[in-house]
Amino acid sequence: MTVRVAFGGRGNWIGAALGAIAFAALAAAPWWGGRDDLQLLSEIYAYVVLASLWNLLAGYAGLVSVGQQAYVGLGAYSLFALAILFGVSPLWSIPLAGLIGAGLSIPVALLVFRLRGHYFAIGTWIVAEVFRLSASQVSALGGGSGTSLPAAVVIAIAPTRALRDFTMYWIALLLAAAVLALIVLLLRSRYGLALKAMRDAELAAACSGVDVYRTKFLVYVVVALATAMLGGLIFLQKLRISPDAAFSVNDWTAFVIFITVIGGIGRIEGPIVGTLVFFALRQTLADLGTIYLMMLGLVAIVIMLAAPKGIWGMVAARFGWQLFPLERTVLSGERQQR
Amino acid sequence: MEWINVILQGVLVGGLYAMFAAGLSLIFGVMRLVNIAHGDLIVLSAYVALVVAQTLGIGPLTALIIVVPVMAMIGYALQWFVLNRTLGDDLLPPLLVTFGLSVIIQNGLLTVFTADSVKLQAGPIEVATIRLAEGLYVGVLPLLQFAVAVAVIAGLQLIFYRTAIGRAFRATADEPAVAQLMGLDNRHVFALAMALSLAVVAIASVFLAVRANFDPSQGPARLIFGFEAVIIGGLGSLWGTLAGGLILGVAQAVGAHLDPGWQILAGHIAFLIVLAARPQGLFPKVRT
Amino acid sequence: MPEALLAVRELEAFYGDFQALFGVSVEVARGEAVAVIGANGAGKSTLLKSIAGLLRARSDAITFAGEPIGGLPAYAVAARGIALVPEGRGLFPSLSVEENLLIGGQLGRPGAWTLRRIYELFPALGQRRKLPSTALSGGQQQMAALGRALMANPQLLLCDEISLGLAPIVVREIYARLPAVRAEGTAIVLVEQDVVQALAASFRVYCLQEGRVALSGAAKDLTREAIAAAYFGV
Repeated sequence: MTVRVAFGGRGNWIGAALGAIAFAALAAAPWWGGRDDLQLLSEIYAYVVLASLWNLLAGYAGLVSVGQQAYVGLGAYSLFALAILFGVSPLWSIPLAGLIGAGLSIPVALLVFRLRGHYFAIGTWIVAEVFRLSASQVSALGGGSGTSLPAAVVIAIAPTRALRDFTMYWIALLLAAAVLALIVLLLRSRYGLALKAMRDAELAAACSGVDVYRTKFLVYVVVALATAMLGGLIFLQKLRISPDAAFSVNDWTAFVIFITVIGGIGRIEGPIVGTLVFFALRQTLADLGTIYLMMLGLVAIVIMLAAPKGIWGMVAARFGWQLFPLERTVLSGERQQR
Repeated sequence: MEWINVILQGVLVGGLYAMFAAGLSLIFGVMRLVNIAHGDLIVLSAYVALVVAQTLGIGPLTALIIVVPVMAMIGYALQWFVLNRTLGDDLLPPLLVTFGLSVIIQNGLLTVFTADSVKLQAGPIEVATIRLAEGLYVGVLPLLQFAVAVAVIAGLQLIFYRTAIGRAFRATADEPAVAQLMGLDNRHVFALAMALSLAVVAIASVFLAVRANFDPSQGPARLIFGFEAVIIGGLGSLWGTLAGGLILGVAQAVGAHLDPGWQILAGHIAFLIVLAARPQGLFPKVRT
Repeated sequence: MPEALLAVRELEAFYGDFQALFGVSVEVARGEAVAVIGANGAGKSTLLKSIAGLLRARSDAITFAGEPIGGLPAYAVAARGIALVPEGRGLFPSLSVEENLLIGGQLGRPGAWTLRRIYELFPALGQRRKLPSTALSGGQQQMAALGRALMANPQLLLCDEISLGLAPIVVREIYARLPAVRAEGTAIVLVEQDVVQALAASFRVYCLQEGRVALSGAAKDLTREAIAAAYFGV
């Protein structure tokens, strides 16, 4: 008897179709959108990526990190260092920054993996602080106040401003699509099954032969790679870097966590929904300044208490929707005929 | 002599860190909750102390009489109405709710008090010093702060190991369901623990407020110092937490002496070294 | 017939979607000793947990001293005068033997059982009072759990499988103490897989099978065959 494993059903096609349409429409944005639109969209992509990665770490691998800003900043500083101090082409610096981030994540992981649960969370935060404080000591990149990208490097991205905007926009879109695709593929693979098992019952998973430590390690490093690349890109777009901005807990962790919470942890669609809600709130309420932030905090608390699975979680539970189907169904093949 | 002075200052400020840590450690011991808003509650308490002292025209130490019960009540209510709902096996709800709380407190304080840094005045005691030996002077206030820290830790130790409520804390932490069979309402026990934690926070906050300027954004740093002290000292032991605070204080003082910009970084590095070399901490309580 | 101290009427119990009890009715009079026997999974522990308030039940499904307690949480039930010796003993590892006993008396209800009397009843505990509860042997832990429940001076003592995992001689030692408990007027419900001891110690028996009462009656009246049939559902 042969056994096949299939993913989802109708949702499969709807999700794929929606994704394709969305991608095409967004890729065409330089033609239908203005500069501001491109910037906003790039920001949205960035947060979708950060939230999806955090979701992978916390929702699937059970690694609740409050220190991912370490890699955003690390990627950003690596890119600036490569481009300014070593004359590497800024666009090529993006993947290189990713590799540097991934490389440094290995000793970090060896350290922080000694902590569990809540203590792991704060441990990662401290590591990020160490990076931030160390970056302030690097005078070649402006020390505590940071530095701007020199004109020569800016030109190296692309000759005209419009072309620069378009190039970085497309890279942002591509990166977002690639990360989402990678996550879906990962979760559908053998590793994904291991992750889901670990998330649900770590001890049982370990007894079933899942190498829990190695799987978590791998996920952590891969997420660091993607985060560092994104960090490099974000600050390349900003043209300016400073330790407080690059390693900001608020920008790169607090908002990300809120997005993932509101959207729904442990589901791929959650971060997307959460990002859209977050930006809708921001566009309408950001003028209120600190009140806006307080409301964000309040919304997160209320949702965590009332609907711990987030908005998408509620929706999915109610209607059984899945845009990126991950539920595995075992279909048995032909029975052997005697 | 110079170095002895540096280490002495580090030890004295370490007492303050130990107080930050004690509240954190207590909560984690009783209900496995890490309160991300802990540092922000310290800052909130400092502002409460400021308002009380200025409105009533009293000194900071006198203000403690009001601030401690106020913070304790806030702690009880916070636990009862909000945090009790987050407890369970999943560590995300309490983490995220306390994170949300942290944001709310910080921005609330910003709205009411603005980002200007303020300080609680204590009068002449702030600059009074005692001469310990030739060339060795120590401030009265830091010394008092250290003595209070030791007293607080000793007090907590007493409560936990010599009183009925301490038994209730330990029993509920061990087996919450069985503790119910003893007639203990878990919600009430946890709320009392949080009230106790914030009472300690209140004491620490007054010393913080007098010691240096503070502003609404300083919460996260206090949380981190408290946390580092707990880890360095070892989980589960209150005296260990005191030791952890002292070591952190000394590390920071040494770092600051080498270069003022290295103060906090030195503390982080000490933490990472302990994490690398002896992850269970220096004086962990071994549970059979 | 005097009003029952404990009256369970048509009790249903669920673990999520799984139904463990289907309309169980049990009565215990003041000062009486009642045994509840049955195979593994029959619902015996579930019955005790429901009475003790660890599992929520319909408010009027459980009445104690005339008051409905079915919907009350465990700490409120304990305050009414019901003490449960939980399955697996449930001693507090962070507490010493004496502290475990003391916390049993947390409610401060006056009565015959004091620390001194518990140590008289179980001298082995008195000798080890300052040790961590984890340092005791299985039998001693069971005695400590029993003593802890007695410290609450309950009107009703619920014992969940106190013979579990203990050597027969130890079980006999523990059961030998029960008459002293009954002498103080405390009613006892004994949930046991060890049928012999349970029957010897009780006046009436209920036999549960797959969540239902399959047999009930005076211990001396029931034949071995009848019990075996009810126990195994044969």
